[in-house]
Parts: sequence; structure tokens; C-alpha cells
Amino acid sequence: MFTENEILETIDMLDNRHLDVRTVTVALSLLDCIDGDAARCRKKVYDKITRTAERLVPVCAMLEKRYGVAIVNKRISVTPISIVGSACGDHIGLAKTLDKAGKTLGVDFIGGYSALVQKGATAAESAFLDTLPEALSTTDIVCGSVNVASSRAGINLDAVKRLGVIIKDLAYRTRDNNSFGCGKLVVFCNAVDDNPFMAGAFTGLSEGECAVNVGVSGPGVVEYEISKHPDHDITAICELIKRTAFKITRLGQLIGSAAAAELGLTPGIVDLSLAPTPAVGDSVARVLERIGLSTVGACGTTACLALLNDAVKKGGVMAADKVGGLSGAFIPVSEDAGMIDAVRGGRLSLEKLEAMTAVCSVGLDMIAVPGDTPAAVISAMIADECAIGMINNKTTAVRIIPVHGKTVGDEVDFGGLFGTAPIMKVNGGDPSVFVDRGGIIPPPIHSFKN
Amino acid sequence: MKAVVSVIGRDRTGIIAAVSGKLAELGVNIEDISQTIMQNNFVMIMLVDTKDDATPFDRLGAELQAATAALGVTVHVQHEDLFNAMHRV
Repeated sequence: MFTENEILETIDMLDNRHLDVRTVTVALSLLDCIDGDAARCRKKVYDKITRTAERLVPVCAMLEKRYGVAIVNKRISVTPISIVGSACGDHIGLAKTLDKAGKTLGVDFIGGYSALVQKGATAAESAFLDTLPEALSTTDIVCGSVNVASSRAGINLDAVKRLGVIIKDLAYRTRDNNSFGCGKLVVFCNAVDDNPFMAGAFTGLSEGECAVNVGVSGPGVVEYEISKHPDHDITAICELIKRTAFKITRLGQLIGSAAAAELGLTPGIVDLSLAPTPAVGDSVARVLERIGLSTVGACGTTACLALLNDAVKKGGVMAADKVGGLSGAFIPVSEDAGMIDAVRGGRLSLEKLEAMTAVCSVGLDMIAVPGDTPAAVISAMIADECAIGMINNKTTAVRIIPVHGKTVGDEVDFGGLFGTAPIMKVNGGDPSVFVDRGGIIPPPIHSFKN
Repeated sequence: MKAVVSVIGRDRTGIIAAVSGKLAELGVNIEDISQTIMQNNFVMIMLVDTKDDATPFDRLGAELQAATAALGVTVHVQHEDLFNAMHRV
């Protein structure tokens, strides 16, 4: 029998501290759906997704009841469509097929409208990149991503340059919806094959046929635990975070295994994550502030985030059979009440956010910038993030939204979990000559490390 | 399947009777029970056996909530594996 404290602690975490499973994501290979005939390819894709994940939503609803744990999102990630559609060339048709299949199943998002072009793009991948604005602006739940850099291949500056233009185009096409199309597109360095989180989830070529991956959440739980110990030194705080992360991750492991068993699919990875939502008490920024900063963005933010990120992983690793995905604390601006407050009050700048991305998962995430930000500046921001990821052998990403018609001082509301974004100031310098050079930034040498 | 039933609220007459009566009616066996007052709150925790899913979790939770609605307490019904996962290495 469990002690009263153990049971009450769990109930308190679930009822009052926003502990939940952020996503159960079915990762599905579509390699066997490749077909030179577009109609046949679309049919195979639709049939495979709806057949394999048919019971995902009802199974998650049943598990929510069984354990009393909220499963916030149900998602599907598939093989990059740039590859699935390479034989038939009907990428847009496949985007619409994904949208339809996801809606039939009732999932929240379906990811994998993606391309891996870190070293170069094939003719089919190049054609695919051109379809991103149309595909993501004419579908509702399809998410896309492009890997433009890696520690092994360097940074594909040609692709980086194109992504700046693509993001601007997508922002314009979705201008009636606060340019939200850009919230469904992530640009990566060192993208991972088993990420369960959107918008960057896709099923990489190294993955098996099908797996159930899970992403957990729980910044509110960590913040509450720290708040109970104002006298702890920082070593004890790290231990406290580890212990809390262990419990949070065990919950994810339990739900992931149970979902896989019920669906008859392979259990996949648990992403050791702290994912915030805009709700009060569910913020990574507030965890940093609870450690001892008057505001996120203050000097000391990078250090606190580094210890938080590392402690979450150390606590989580022992709690999960298989660990993967992005694993770390997320710092999306619009989706975190503490981040929103700090940006609104002028206490958190884009430059500080960039420094923070060097020590956590993942990158410049859900950041709204003025609609007139030039494409070259967006490309250069992507290049900066890629450089951090490439040199430090970590995943970095950019999900930036140049909101059409808005400027610094405005705010946009993306609704629901996507939250509210104050438009952030961007450095006005012109990087266009650098971006226009194109080519590949070579990968770094892996000795003489300093 | 075994479930943990937890009942939390202001202490008053009849809470245990309401919960255990409903469990008996549903054919759910109580294997362990503890009850205490913590910070003026009535806290009762039971380990029950739902006997091979004869009573599904969602129904059990709803039935117990209904049975205790007039008493102003909160009832949770959760599979014991949740607590095993989070509190046992």
C-alpha cells in the first residue's frame, strides 16, 4: 500500500500543478507507400495512417480515465514527405492527404511534411521546398520541418537562404490568421528521428516500422517543489529537480507503454521534456525565477536554465526504458506565461533567448517578429541558431513568425496552447551579403575543443 | 485490475458509508483502507480490486462521484500502476 503522502502528492501534481502527458505520438514509416502514381501513393498513405493509428484517440481517452492523467495531444509523425513524394512529385496532394487522415482519426497534429537537406537537396527535395508555403497554408493540422544543418555536414546556406523567403511567403499567405502558418514550420540543425513534439516531429529513416513515442510535461510540478525549499543550496536544488523529473518521466513511460500495448504497436521513446503551456503555473520561465531570478532574462538565466535542463535529463534517464526525442526544457515564448510577461516588460531580448538556446532544448521557438523583417534577416537568425547547434553537437531549431502587418509593441493571440506573442525587436543590421553568398558552411573540426 | 480510490474533503458524517456502500453495490472488493484527518481535511485512501474490469474505471469514478456528490468531497479512482510508477524505483 502506498503512503497517504505519496498518493496526495500525485493527485496534487495532476490536479493543481498541471502535470500531464503532453503528447502520445504514433511514429509511422511511409516508405512502403512510395509510388510513381500520385493517386495510388495518396491512397496508400491515407490507408496506412488510418489503419495503423485507428484507435489512437479512443485508446488515449481510455488511458486518461484509467490513470486520471490528461493526455493533451494525440499526434502522428511520418516519414519526410519530400522522400515519400519523390517518385510521384505530388507533395501538395500528400499534404492534403495527411490533413484528411489526421482529421479522420481526430488527432491534433500530423507532422512530417519535412525535408532533410543539411548537405544538399535533390531535385525532388528542391521542388518540395517550394511547396512548403502552399502546403502549410492550405492545410490545418499538418506540420512541416526542414533540417538545414548538422554537426557532420555543416550548414547548407543555400537552404537557409531559401527558408527565409519561404517563411516570409508563408507568413503572407496566412496573414488573416496572424501569419500562424509559420507556427507549423520548424527549421532544424541536427534534427532527431524520433521527436514526438510538434511542429518538428517526423519519422526518420533510421526508425522502424511504427512506434509510440511520448512527450511529458510538468514545469509547474518542478516550480512547486523548488518553492517549498527556499533554503536549499544549488546542489540540493539540482537533486530536487532530478527527483521530480524522475517521477514525471515515469508517468510518461507508463502511459507510453500502456498506449503501445493497447494499440499493438512497439513502445518507442520518452522525450525527457519540460514543456510549458500559457496557463498560469505551467511555465519554464517561472521555474528559473523560482531558482532565484527576479525575472527570466536577467543575468544568471543561462546558468539556471543549464542546470534545469541537465537535471531534468539526469532524473529522467533512469525513469525511462528508451530515451530520445529532443529531451530538455522547452522555451517557446508565446506558449509560456513567464516568457510572455518578460518579453512584454522588456526584460527578455532575442539576444538572451539565443544564448539560452545554447544550453537547452531546442531553439528560438514561437517567437513573433515584425512583419517587415527582411527574409535575409530571418535566414541569418536561422544560420546563427544552426551555428550553435552545429558547434555544440546539439539540436537547435527556429520557429519564427514574422507577423504580417504587425510591429514592435503589438501582440498577437494564436489561441489555445499556442498562446500570446508580443512582437519582439530584431537587430536592424543587414546580413544580406552573407546570406546571398550561399554555399555550405563546413562542419567543425572535432578536436582542439575550446 | 487494482485501483486506488482517494477521497478528500471536509470531514462529516457518512463519507465512508457512502463510498464503501457504493463499492459493495458494484461488487468491488476493498483490500486495504486508511483514513486520517490532514490539516482539517478528511483523507481516505482505499486499495480496491475491480475484478477483471467488471466495473470499468470511468464508470467506477462516475458512480463514486455521484454517490458522494452531496457530501462535498472529491473522489479519484486511479490504476495502482500510476503510483507504482511514480513512487517505486
